[in-house]
Amino acid sequence: MDSPALEISQLSIKFKSNNQKEITAVENVSLNINSNEFVSIIGPSGCGKSTLLRAAAGLERPQFGKIRVDGHIVTHPGADRGMVFQTYTLFPWLTTYENILFSLKKSPLSTPEKEALVNHYIQMIGLEGFENAYPNQLSGGMRQRVAIARALVYQPKILLMDEPFGALDAQTRMSMQELLLDVWDQQRLAVLFVTHDVEEAVILSDRIYVMSNRPGRIKTMIDVELPRPRGLIDLESSPAFLSYKRNLLDLIRQESNFYQKIPLSEKIA
Amino acid sequence: MDQILSVKEKESSESASYRLLDLRSDIPSRIYWSAGGLFFIFIFILWLFLTSLKIVSPLFLPGPEAVWDEFLRQLHEGILLQDASASLYRIMLGWIISTIIAVPIGILMGNFKLFEGMLEPFIDLIRYMPAVAFVPLTILWAGVGNSQKILILFIGTFFQEVLMIMDNVKSVPRELIEVSSTFGLSRFEILRDVILRYAMPGIWDTFRITLGWAWTYLVVAELVAASSGLGYRIMKAQRFLQTESIILGILMIGLMGLITDMIFKFTYRKLFRWLDGKG
Ligand SMILES: Nc1ncnc2c1ncn2[C@@H]1O[C@H](COP(=O)(O)OP(=O)(O)OP(=O)(O)O)[C@@H](O)[C@H]1O
Ligand SMILES: [Mg+2]
Repeated sequence: MDSPALEISQLSIKFKSNNQKEITAVENVSLNINSNEFVSIIGPSGCGKSTLLRAAAGLERPQFGKIRVDGHIVTHPGADRGMVFQTYTLFPWLTTYENILFSLKKSPLSTPEKEALVNHYIQMIGLEGFENAYPNQLSGGMRQRVAIARALVYQPKILLMDEPFGALDAQTRMSMQELLLDVWDQQRLAVLFVTHDVEEAVILSDRIYVMSNRPGRIKTMIDVELPRPRGLIDLESSPAFLSYKRNLLDLIRQESNFYQKIPLSEKIA
Repeated sequence: MDQILSVKEKESSESASYRLLDLRSDIPSRIYWSAGGLFFIFIFILWLFLTSLKIVSPLFLPGPEAVWDEFLRQLHEGILLQDASASLYRIMLGWIISTIIAVPIGILMGNFKLFEGMLEPFIDLIRYMPAVAFVPLTILWAGVGNSQKILILFIGTFFQEVLMIMDNVKSVPRELIEVSSTFGLSRFEILRDVILRYAMPGIWDTFRITLGWAWTYLVVAELVAASSGLGYRIMKAQRFLQTESIILGILMIGLMGLITDMIFKFTYRKLFRWLDGKG
């Protein structure tokens, strides 16, 4: 049997805060993502979602545990993983076209092949006509679409997304979710998607990991057995969707209550 | 109907006058530049007024016509061109040497904590020392020739410039560097293609500002043992109470500083069009 696209085992990550106190951001987290699988992580703010994702990208060093991509242990960032951040990370001096082309710098493809690929992705994200626009001429949603294309164009094994639609308004967010499902339909790969929006997690995912409050552990895992392709309008009013949503909201709410029980002094520290 | 129209007219004229003093809002460039020009004219008229009505003595402030005459005299005798080119040469050389060293060191300090930790305390210490205080030392080290003047300009510029370039380099958002590393780029490639590209407009602005500072150190640089230069001319004129020559020198330094400043501003707009989204 194939090894999973991403395999995290017994991962723990600690940070030293300013006053030398140790903060455990992620504690003993194990999870697997198979190739072609869309998996989300939800959890309250500060529970270590970003830290976990960054570790998978090779941007944080774990104190304990292993991360494997396609069976290989992760030590550095690399082109087998694509990453989309919540903040806008396009290169402001490059146009849409050049931004996407930039991530192919290390690719062995020939120039015409690269150009064809970039054009294909521009079409896929619906930004024909904006090839020569600079990032500050694009809306927030458009920028994230370019960021997604830029992370997919070099054909990573797994796409890591950290609240990529968090800064967008509700309307744009929804069309971005549709676009992402569309894109994912065309290029099946493993996706690890961090969000704290329960609906978003249900709409997109095959499976959802719920994280507990700090120190971040995996609290539960939920299989989302909703048929694909998913049309957002129909989906959001279906009883199955609503029951998933309700179930998850309950789980999250328990975590938020727990948060309020922490004495104030400890929160500040 | 008429009423509605007039209300609308009123609104639009009101909003136009409002816009002039709106917080941070753009105004027509015509108005922007005229305001600057008018202010110059205002200062000039004030100068003319104060001197022609003999409100201040010409010993302290000679009138524009006296300064103009001095300008023509120096121009005809060839002193002016000689002074200006001597000063420009020293400024450019001092600044270029400073820049050639400051850029790599600033980049190292901005990217590697090791270099920041090693060099910043030392540079912080020196940059608060007044350049004038170095004049005797520089004479001991470099004699009384051009190199001493250039050394003073270097000292006045370099230590500030390094720190500014370090800050320019640090202004690159961490995520931009991180996302580049996920494309498989090496550290050197990220440094060259991402960090420096992003920091370039800021560095260019640092060039502009530090060159401006070099001009302000000119008089200090030409304080001792000079025989030409705008700063030297000013110091000499002071001994003979030739106030118009002092003012002419000051104006020349200001003007040449302004020109170099404008060259950098102009090239900035040409080089970094992506900043306002025009390819
Ligand atoms: N570089 C760092 N240094 C010190 N502490 C850190 C660092 N990065 C994260 N932390 C701490 O680790 C914990 C988890 O942070 P993380 O950013 O992973 O949370 P999150 O779940 O992504 O939160 P959010 O939903 O608000 O984005 C937080 O308490 C945070 O303060
Ligand atoms: Mg986060």
